[in-house]
Amino acid sequence: MNWVSYLIYTFLAISLTFNTLGSIALHRFPDVYTRLHGATKCTTFGTIFAVLAVFTHALYRLHVTGDPKYLGMGLHSIVALIALLLTNPTGAHAIAKAAHLSGYKPAKAVIDAYEEKLGGEGK
Amino acid sequence: MPFIAAFIWSYLLWLVLTAGTNGLLWSTQELIAGLIFALIVAYATRDVIGEKAGRFLNPVKWLGFIAYSPVLFWGMVKANLHVAWLVITGKIRPGIVRVPVDLENDAQYTIMSNSITLTPGTLTVDACPEEKALYVHWIKIPEGMERPESSEPVAGPFEKWARRLGR
Repeated sequence: MNWVSYLIYTFLAISLTFNTLGSIALHRFPDVYTRLHGATKCTTFGTIFAVLAVFTHALYRLHVTGDPKYLGMGLHSIVALIALLLTNPTGAHAIAKAAHLSGYKPAKAVIDAYEEKLGGEGK
Repeated sequence: MPFIAAFIWSYLLWLVLTAGTNGLLWSTQELIAGLIFALIVAYATRDVIGEKAGRFLNPVKWLGFIAYSPVLFWGMVKANLHVAWLVITGKIRPGIVRVPVDLENDAQYTIMSNSITLTPGTLTVDACPEEKALYVHWIKIPEGMERPESSEPVAGPFEKWARRLGR
């Protein structure tokens, strides 16, 4: 065990903590919008740290062994992270808008400005 | 211009995905195959990608995105801890607020609403460029903040960055 292993385990621990919180949020929150917060956001943060752990591991193995397959491993996980960061908000936005347009009102909402706008247009 | 931009981006992606096939560099076969596939992709998407795609080849813009990533990451750290606390305690005050923004083009709206959605606790439901507003689902609206006057309480510094990056 050297300091790189401790770094990797720290990243994995943070990642798993936020993934667990995301799953708990799915059970605790009342409606589709608040559940989207828990499911997509905590999971995004968890994934960032999981990828960081893989990237650190790959760089370290590349440094120790000089085997080029670890370069591919690190770069591929970074590409996966970028793809996730671009698609995750787009998907969450699409789900939220679709839910609102099909009539799911936000539960316990103190204000719903979007409903006021749609109502004003005579939807 | 859309052809060149799409070609360069797909070739770069190919190079990243195949690095390490010849020592730490690329083998000749991979370079030639990537060239062919990037040309096919660029030709197939020449009508899909807008005329202004060339501005994303500007290196100043890349530096801008690199400088933006720590800002976004710090926003995510703060908001993630906040949402984690909300998950544990369950003290939420949700609602959809109308956030007036001062942006000009589609790229700025995309960057702005994607940043808002990536930050936990806020989720863009719809963007309305014709009335210069975003509709954001906010998981814990502070008291008296039901109709925000600017994007600052919802998104922090993101609007300034979106205006600069999407120009």
